[in-house]
Amino acid sequence: MFLEINNLYKHFSTREGTLVVLKDINMGIKRGEFICAVGASGSGKSTLLRQIAGLDMPTSGEVKVDGERVTGPGPDRGMVFQHYTLYPWMNVQENTEFGLKLQGIGKKERREKASYYLNVVGLSKFARALPKELSGGMKQRVAIARALASEPKVLLMDEPFGALDVHTREAMHEFMLDLWARTHLTVFMITHDVEEAVFLSNRIYALGARPGTVRREIQIVLPERTHHVKRHSIFHDYRDELMDLLRGHGKEASEAAAVA
Amino acid sequence: MTQSTGIEPSPPQSKSGFDVFWRLAEDIPKPLQTALMVTSIGLPLLLWWIVTTFGNVDPKFLPSPADVARAFGRLWSTRELLKDTVASLWRVGVGFLLAAICSIPVGVLMGSFPSIRALLEPLFGLMRYMPAPAFIPLLILYLGIGEEPKIMLIFIGVFFFNSLMVMDTVKFVPKDLIEATYTLGGDRLQTLLQVIFPYVLSGIIDACRINLAAAWQLVIVSELIAATEGLGRRISVAGRFLKTDEIFVGLIVIGVIGLVFDLLFQYLLRVSCHWASQKR
Repeated sequence: MFLEINNLYKHFSTREGTLVVLKDINMGIKRGEFICAVGASGSGKSTLLRQIAGLDMPTSGEVKVDGERVTGPGPDRGMVFQHYTLYPWMNVQENTEFGLKLQGIGKKERREKASYYLNVVGLSKFARALPKELSGGMKQRVAIARALASEPKVLLMDEPFGALDVHTREAMHEFMLDLWARTHLTVFMITHDVEEAVFLSNRIYALGARPGTVRREIQIVLPERTHHVKRHSIFHDYRDELMDLLRGHGKEASEAAAVA
Repeated sequence: MTQSTGIEPSPPQSKSGFDVFWRLAEDIPKPLQTALMVTSIGLPLLLWWIVTTFGNVDPKFLPSPADVARAFGRLWSTRELLKDTVASLWRVGVGFLLAAICSIPVGVLMGSFPSIRALLEPLFGLMRYMPAPAFIPLLILYLGIGEEPKIMLIFIGVFFFNSLMVMDTVKFVPKDLIEATYTLGGDRLQTLLQVIFPYVLSGIIDACRINLAAAWQLVIVSELIAATEGLGRRISVAGRFLKTDEIFVGLIVIGVIGLVFDLLFQYLLRVSCHWASQKR
């Protein structure tokens, strides 16, 4: 497996005692797969992504990327955050180059790489623009280009389209599929949007809440990957199955919240 | 968010002057704004002129604008005013610069590292509430009556406030921005110098702008007590000899220089951080 998560547990200590956020998570992702982890709030999906990114360390268990154990954050795992994280004082080109600059790569090489990936995300024309001049969808495309410029082994995405309006989000879905097809990226994305997950993924991990566990692993096989497929009964079956999984746990989660 | 884009929702269509004047948190027409700003300075001047011209007021009590202008000419021609201004500017310049050089790194460190914050914040929080002028007797005792106590007074008055204000701007750097830098391969030093510092630069300049006003007030206070020249000294001497017109000259010069400082810093902020005009 290219990205492995083995027996991962994550506990947080709170005033009421130890809170188990993630319980015995096991996942395996092959090179070039597009994987979504879907869960309601409380499923620990953001926490899971942070363990993979190395921004946080698991209580026990391990994350391995390409055979190497994750011990901290690094550019081999590019990350796109839910909130816009472009550097507001840098233009689009400088933002895209910044990771390479941090890694000590020379000016010429990083300019070329950044320009290449800006072209991949279709924003070459905006290289001189400041982030505040871009729409939300464009900002996330720059964030993707910035992560890709380091040529990561896996692209991690934390609800990257959650803050976008419906139409922009749909456009971004098609953009992601197109990007994935062209670059053979390995993508691990978390979302609470079931349709988004079904439309984009090869495979979905449905997470249960409190504590976060893998409830089911679903292989997605769709006849096509365009918006028409959303009217297809296969698409609806996947969606309903996942909704039931999440809904069942949504109820428990709200009860737990009421108790707490 | 003052940068208007031309496609703002237009307010309810009522064109009366009353409604325009009382617009809530919304831009007013440029000519009206200019007129109001001119009035802000012009009206008090006019009232001052009317009172002193028609009011039969003792010029020892309230000199007329013309008296003050004459006093200004007198002090300017003898170069006394220039000497006083330079002396005050020099003190404020040295004191403020020293305080800024020390407080900016300290503030950035306090904002970035909870350990350093825990170490320094209680002390600074306490020092901040001790009015700097209350240190004057001690400063005279320790440093004599030369330039050192005046510069030290400004330093004390600026350093603690500026450190805490810089710390606050650093605390509000979005965590995501810092973590994004880590995922791009940045280490802690790179993150501090290349992400946190540029992000808070506008906040630092603004903190300095506010604290320079405090420094400017403190230099005047320090000169009221013991000095041979300086704008504060000028005012206190003029007061002793009942030269009210010279007191007015001193006050107006102090105010104008302070305003110029403020405008300079605002300009610096616009030039260095134009990306920040729509931040957050």
